[in-house]
Amino acid sequence: MAQDFNPSSLFQMAENSRRKKVDIKDKFITLAHGSGGKATHQLVEGLFLEYLRNPILEKLEDQAVFSISHQVNKTNSVNKLDSLRFAFTTDSFVVNPIFFPGGDIGKLAIYGTINDLAMSGAKPLYLSAAFIIEEGFLVEDLKKIVQSMQIAAQKAQIQIVTGDTKVVEKGSVDKLFINTSGIGLIESNVQISSTLAQAGDKVIVSGTIGDHGTTIMIARGELELEADIKSDTAPLNFLVQDIINEVTSLGKLNSLHCLRDPTRGGIATTLNEIALSSNVYIEVYQNNIPIQEEVNGACEILGLDPLYVANEGKLIAIVSSDVAEQVLERIKKNPLGQNASIIGEVKSTPSAIVAMVTSFGGSRIVDMLVGDQLPRIC
Amino acid sequence: MKYIDEYRSEELAKKLLQELLEITNKPLSIMEVCGGHTHTIFKYGIEDLLPENITMVHGPGCPVCVIPLGRVDDAISIACSPRVIFTTFGDTMRVPGSKISLLQAKASGADIRMVYSPLDALKIAKKNPDKEIVFFAIGFETTTPSTAMTILQAAKEGIKNFSIFANHIMVVPVLKALLDSPDLKLDGFIGPGHVSTVIGTKPYEFIASDYKKPIVISGFEPLDILQSVYMVVKQIVNNEARVENQYKRVVEENGNQRALQAILEVFEARDSFEWRGLGSIAYSGMKLRQKYAEFDAELKFRVAGLQVADHKACQCGEILKGVKKPWECKVFGTACTPETPIGACMVSSEGACAAYYNFGRLSKVVQRLNNNLSI
Repeated sequence: MAQDFNPSSLFQMAENSRRKKVDIKDKFITLAHGSGGKATHQLVEGLFLEYLRNPILEKLEDQAVFSISHQVNKTNSVNKLDSLRFAFTTDSFVVNPIFFPGGDIGKLAIYGTINDLAMSGAKPLYLSAAFIIEEGFLVEDLKKIVQSMQIAAQKAQIQIVTGDTKVVEKGSVDKLFINTSGIGLIESNVQISSTLAQAGDKVIVSGTIGDHGTTIMIARGELELEADIKSDTAPLNFLVQDIINEVTSLGKLNSLHCLRDPTRGGIATTLNEIALSSNVYIEVYQNNIPIQEEVNGACEILGLDPLYVANEGKLIAIVSSDVAEQVLERIKKNPLGQNASIIGEVKSTPSAIVAMVTSFGGSRIVDMLVGDQLPRIC
Repeated sequence: MKYIDEYRSEELAKKLLQELLEITNKPLSIMEVCGGHTHTIFKYGIEDLLPENITMVHGPGCPVCVIPLGRVDDAISIACSPRVIFTTFGDTMRVPGSKISLLQAKASGADIRMVYSPLDALKIAKKNPDKEIVFFAIGFETTTPSTAMTILQAAKEGIKNFSIFANHIMVVPVLKALLDSPDLKLDGFIGPGHVSTVIGTKPYEFIASDYKKPIVISGFEPLDILQSVYMVVKQIVNNEARVENQYKRVVEENGNQRALQAILEVFEARDSFEWRGLGSIAYSGMKLRQKYAEFDAELKFRVAGLQVADHKACQCGEILKGVKKPWECKVFGTACTPETPIGACMVSSEGACAAYYNFGRLSKVVQRLNNNLSI
């Protein structure tokens, strides 16, 4: 095929069209708009950002990072201006089923928000929790979920300091939806952003991919399929602290460029977001991507691609090559990072593209998720 | 994974590729008929690995891709009827009809549910006795037996609120239509694996005897495909034309008799059936026999059966015949992308255009960069 391809203007048009400004043309919201993939991006950029745009929001990171200046009165000195950097984020949880192997909607709601805060390098401090409950929901189940939130909050060393409860008529929501928001303080001088990946960087994933999404799919019991896997739902704030400590001790805080937790849309979508934001090419090696045997098998049967399946306790770190090995070793020492691996590297061209060198020796583009593989995964 | 990784070995692939390089440098076009094969070829980057003289042509074996606009419209009109729960495989949700897709119909209020098997649809029927449950039955002989078994089960249990919208198609009539098409230039075929587990290898013999083309039934792992390509090329080099079976670990010469019996019991051939981009092909579709008419959604809902012309700019037909490459279509990647598909080849991950768009563009982008062209 290679020999009869003439690089035509058509091909250039295809690439241009892929990069043009997004516009939402759909008449109705479909499940694809909630998938975290392309349709979600179109909705966020073509609608929400269009009306709500401001310099903090338009960065479209998983959390807002901003500074608050305040006057510091120091005795025997003039008033001095000091500033604190905060991270702020919000997330809603609609997972179905609400109890699943390895967790429940409550645990997920705490860790999901903590992880979004942690990916900015912030130390998560306070969370809010809002419950939308369907009439008829069992108090016993609600109790179990709130207890699970209590344990999760203790483990992650944060406090839930405000909340809200709404009950709606049967059928208006399915059982229980939870929203959590959180605020954290960025203590170090780290500058982490999905715009900062550079050619030469290494891509590290902190463990096996696809565990959460596959577990949820099987837990729904729609497919008579059983597998010994559980969700990886976990708080990543201490793992992030380990990474920051490592680069700090090496005197190379600036070598830590991006941190992201690949939830909806899996690592494929997260890597595409980084490739787009940083305008770089990311190449990953299939042979280096850690996947549990059971998850791989289940995905094979379900026709899912683990690259696109959600994770709830994994992170992707993009760091300069000079610290990659040390960061990897440090991640591996944390119980949440035992299976960490360097899965790829960042190059300059062709920009805004993610590709994978397959285990078979060929290569292919890994595009953002189109449509929805699995709705209501988190 | 055991029994899978063996078929994905890079080392064995290199050996086969070396043999392919040595056996001939004659330009050859080989069609993989089945969409599953197309998917594997792109997913593993096999086209990048093949010697330059071998061109893979992506055939019409993706059932989602060949379903005509009119049938999608009919499906949507059934799905939007009162008291209907419409059940379908996930792949068909995003296939565009002439106005909307099933996914959009679902968002606007129709009760459309994704199932993994027609038996799941039957379960839904039992749980919802006050609703009419319709299953959108599509696919080649691979999925026809499970639909047939479901109908037999529904008949046995006397379930009255279940029917199917039958769009099952057959691989041999379309192959014959392709071979009879004057603009087709092919040297050999990679035959479908899953279909052949049902129908066996005998039905393909006319391709070898009447049209003098080699065909090799292939498995779905990348090594299966490479080996099958090698077997086709070897036949061509030796001036042979035979039906060979590379997928012996699954496919038997006589197929699966029980599955075939179930199909024969429940279905009969339609006089003709429309294929997207290919037009009407005689005896290529299946409908329920009179005996099972009570399960026929086309009769229950008086389906209009309108024929709707394809989008003018869409060249799915030429692409399905292998006459054109996906990127030679004027709307490829611009107006027609996986998010906003115009043609069906762009919808299913097994469609040639979608597979090419999703997985195949890289080598072209790199090629352009190497030639110092902007992208």
